[in-house]
Amino acid sequence: MTDHTLAAAPTAHVASPRSTAQPPPSDSVPLVRWLRQNFFGSVSSTISSIVFVLLLIYFVPGFIRWALIDAVWMTADHEVCRAASGACWAVIREKHRPMLFGVYPYDEHWRLVLALTMYLGTVIITMQRRFWDVRILIPLWLFTLVAVGILLWGGVFGLTFVDTTQWGGLPLTMVLFTGTVVIGLPIAVLLALGRQSKLPLVKAVCVTLIECLRGVPLITILFVAVNVFPLFLPQGVELNKLLRVMVGMAIFFACYQAEVIRGGLQAIPRGQHEAAASLGLSYWQSTSRIVLPQALRICLPGMVNHIIAALKNTSFVLIIGLFDILTATTAVMEDPLWRRFFVEAYLFVALVYFVFCFALSKYSQNVEVWLNEGRNR
Amino acid sequence: MTLADTRCVPQSRQDDCSSMAQQTEDRFKVSPGPGMASFSLPSLLYSSAVRGVLYQAALLLLVVACGYYLYENVTSNLESQGIATGFGFLDESAGFDIGESLIAYDSANTYARALAVGILNTLTVSACGIALATLLGGMIGIMRVSTNWFAAKFSSAFVEVVRNVPVVLHVIFWGAFLRNLPGPRQSFSLGDGVFLNNRGLIFAVPEYNPIYAWVGAALLVALCASIAYGRYAMRHREKTGRQLPTVLPVLAMLTGLPLLVWASGGFPLQWDTPVFRGFNFRGGSLLSPEFIGLLIGITVYTAGFIAEIVRAGIQSVPRGQIEAARSLGLRPGWIMRYVTIPQALRVIVPPTTSQYLSLTKNSSLGVLIGYPDLVNVGNTTLNQTGQAVEAIAIMMTVYLLISLTISLFMNIYNQAIALKER
Amino acid sequence: MYQQKAVKITAIAGFVAGVFMAAPSYAADGPTMAAVKKRGEILCGVHQGRYGFAIADSQGKYKGLDVDFCRAVAAAVLGDSEKVKYIPMSSVQRFPALQSGEIDMLSRTTTVTLTRDASLGLNFGPPTFYTGTGFMVRKSTNATKVDDLDGATICVLPGSTTEKNIAALFKSKSITYKPVVIENQKAMVGAYFSERCDVMSMDQAGLPGHQMFDAKNPDDHLILDGVFSKEPLAIGVRQGDDQWYDIIKWVTYVTFNAEEYGITSANVDEMRNSKDPNIQLMVGKGTKTGEKLGLDSDWAYRVVKQVGNYKEIYERNFGEKSPLKLPRGVNKLWTDGGLLYGFPIK
Repeated sequence: MTDHTLAAAPTAHVASPRSTAQPPPSDSVPLVRWLRQNFFGSVSSTISSIVFVLLLIYFVPGFIRWALIDAVWMTADHEVCRAASGACWAVIREKHRPMLFGVYPYDEHWRLVLALTMYLGTVIITMQRRFWDVRILIPLWLFTLVAVGILLWGGVFGLTFVDTTQWGGLPLTMVLFTGTVVIGLPIAVLLALGRQSKLPLVKAVCVTLIECLRGVPLITILFVAVNVFPLFLPQGVELNKLLRVMVGMAIFFACYQAEVIRGGLQAIPRGQHEAAASLGLSYWQSTSRIVLPQALRICLPGMVNHIIAALKNTSFVLIIGLFDILTATTAVMEDPLWRRFFVEAYLFVALVYFVFCFALSKYSQNVEVWLNEGRNR
Repeated sequence: MTLADTRCVPQSRQDDCSSMAQQTEDRFKVSPGPGMASFSLPSLLYSSAVRGVLYQAALLLLVVACGYYLYENVTSNLESQGIATGFGFLDESAGFDIGESLIAYDSANTYARALAVGILNTLTVSACGIALATLLGGMIGIMRVSTNWFAAKFSSAFVEVVRNVPVVLHVIFWGAFLRNLPGPRQSFSLGDGVFLNNRGLIFAVPEYNPIYAWVGAALLVALCASIAYGRYAMRHREKTGRQLPTVLPVLAMLTGLPLLVWASGGFPLQWDTPVFRGFNFRGGSLLSPEFIGLLIGITVYTAGFIAEIVRAGIQSVPRGQIEAARSLGLRPGWIMRYVTIPQALRVIVPPTTSQYLSLTKNSSLGVLIGYPDLVNVGNTTLNQTGQAVEAIAIMMTVYLLISLTISLFMNIYNQAIALKER
Repeated sequence: MYQQKAVKITAIAGFVAGVFMAAPSYAADGPTMAAVKKRGEILCGVHQGRYGFAIADSQGKYKGLDVDFCRAVAAAVLGDSEKVKYIPMSSVQRFPALQSGEIDMLSRTTTVTLTRDASLGLNFGPPTFYTGTGFMVRKSTNATKVDDLDGATICVLPGSTTEKNIAALFKSKSITYKPVVIENQKAMVGAYFSERCDVMSMDQAGLPGHQMFDAKNPDDHLILDGVFSKEPLAIGVRQGDDQWYDIIKWVTYVTFNAEEYGITSANVDEMRNSKDPNIQLMVGKGTKTGEKLGLDSDWAYRVVKQVGNYKEIYERNFGEKSPLKLPRGVNKLWTDGGLLYGFPIK
């Protein structure tokens, strides 16, 4: 697999002597050419195609039979699933509430549905370019966060109070993710600026923090947040566990994000700093109005990668026993009656994560294009 | 100043900006900045040097105060509750067993040795993971730039799916998958003497024979000789422009020499074959399902990222380079070997390093499925001794050291392959 | 209501007692007591899911023997056995959580050992349950005693005394085993039932529940006869808070003594009028025993009224009416030949 490996897309535009020798174009030719170029471009490509086709013939029918034809879609009886030879998608139907909402009181699940809908709605509105206006977005987000908080916690408007220890499932994943990013981004910017600082002590503190935290696994940071940190507080002072975990994840996230932002800062030409200074702008003025906006635009793709990573990293709370969607699913999957259908359940959770992460990454590519529109005149 | 103004500053209206900067610079020369000439207090405060010192003093004060505050709290908390402190527990007998270990370990050994077992297990699974993820990621990455439609689409789907699902889920899934394989009595038999069941992958291994040590030595000698020959061939080519055959002689050396040594002992080979007895297979070698599950999980996840890095690396090589090489009449294999790969590596190595680091850190997820890695053993230690602060500090320090070591080696490698400016 | 009253009475009674009596009493609340009163609920660390000791039902409500002792303490201290927040803990999380103050009391099948008592900074109340390491195997393996387990793979929770007991037991018998250590309780149990392990080991009293509720077919499994270690399970509290420790200790004794004197949740109201001084001092109206602990005079009455005596607690969670139907064994009163011996409440 060596000679057909290089991207040959450009060759399509270069008239090679061979292609001029082709018969004159007719309707069928593009298809033939497409086939030849993509499947039989060279000897090894042809071999690859044959191997792939054989593999497809071998695996796909079996998979379709398992996933679709022989699958059980709807039943409350695990025996029906056990008898079937295909997938048991009914397990998701049967267990979706504990999977999606964890240990949150069963009768209050409607609140979570409402909160999730509001949250996702706000996210979708924020993603629309025409709403990119602080006068719309800031009130909108404040409203949503307050409303989601009220829905989750309760205790007012006749909603029963639900303690954070009972929060669970997808809403908890969402809370952790939002908290991580909201707390983490400002810290990341400060750390990145600190690392670029000319003041040796500021730089040393930031470098130490960033490098040390990047060198240890997230698990150990969560252990610190959960098991050790309370020992560092005076007696009688309690900090909510969820909050501790969130802050731990946010700082971890910030250390990675800071390195991305540093890359953006380094890409800003010195002239920009100098020009700003010569205009009489102070450090904070020039940083916040000239350097940062450009730097953040440059490193946007990298930042989105780490934001997606933050979403995936929320699943680490499984280790410390917070009931996010993955923890809830593993708990559900220990049910002796449904235990054997774990593949279906985990595929479902994987799909949930995939949809969010994939959408986020595709969206960020759009944003990159939008941001660069003004520059490629 | 609005965003529109800042846009003026960069390239878009370069002339205006540069002339403006020029003007300011002129003005600057006429009247030196405040704080340089006068020493009055307010102007002293505006001096960036003084302010820098102030900022740093404030930061220092803050860091020291925070540190002191936390230290005071933790010592007073530990003291008032009579919690033991210090690392004295490391010398005590651990009293628990560990499922898999590279070094001899027994419940009578110390906590320090138990932790060493954990560290070695972490290193084992990380090293295997790094090797496999590089291999798999490299393959998928090359497939992504393939002209073959199947290869390109398959690898691209693989990358998207794998990267957008959390590594925790990967590990949990494979852990659960292997745990739910049939039991030892209904093992899958994969060839002769290789069994897969929910106790792991059990395979026959040759029983030890003194000649094997010599075979190993012969292999080492052959390896050194191959490298020396490769260097010689390169110098020869540089001098004469002619390529000596390398592949065949090297292969012959690498296989021939060990075979020769083995033959001198009369091809001794006694298999230690696993046999089902009592609860489980006895004999042979075993890879536990926890090990395999963790390995597959972190390998597949990291491979997705490495594939993207490899793709970007290959695509970063300017097309002109390859066309130029072609026009020189180089064979495709040579183009790959001497033109594409050396240049792509420069782009590939730095981000791959951070993938290796994150794979190593993700190996700590073994605790989820019961692989006795550092975190798992550390957890047990924490619980048996109750010394959470010390146990977690040990874990973090070890991971930090591993990370720094990997970074160091990868930096050396990176420097070795970096562009040598003439 | 109770709470405010309790505070007032405690303050006055504590003051009077402090001045006039030489007996130990608490003029001011200790840190845990103060925090509990301020919060209005007790944070009780319980098991993630062990039948009979602590298990959440489908509504998320916790039930079990360990849970009942949390409720008993809440009844004594706050006047309402429902004022408890249960915090499920893994075996690894439990001690740091208690040390760091995340929970006020640890009622989670915790064995008392010298190391835990001395170097973990903990104090343990009187044992609330005596058990020992037990083994569950699949009948298909034909194992009936520990000696048959040579070469077996054993699923166990990390950091439990069980983990150490097995190591010692198998060593003494010169047989081998392979531990599979999984922190998550459900994952560990799941590993056994999906046949990753041949044997599951934990406190013997915990095994019947898993056999009954987690096995596809309970008859396929066997709990080996014999008890292989001493596992006195007790409530743990932080060192350095004597008042809270005393409360835990004496609330536990109330449940023992109530059984001894035949006081149940049903008859406690009549028993208040009993002439027996032992009963009077414990649950009688206006008894001074509670004041000495910094509680009000109805403390023991409420424990029995709201939670019951030890027999009621046991029957509810392990007895004939419960699904587990575990014989009481040594968990009987000393008068019946058991190990439960309530110290005099005088």
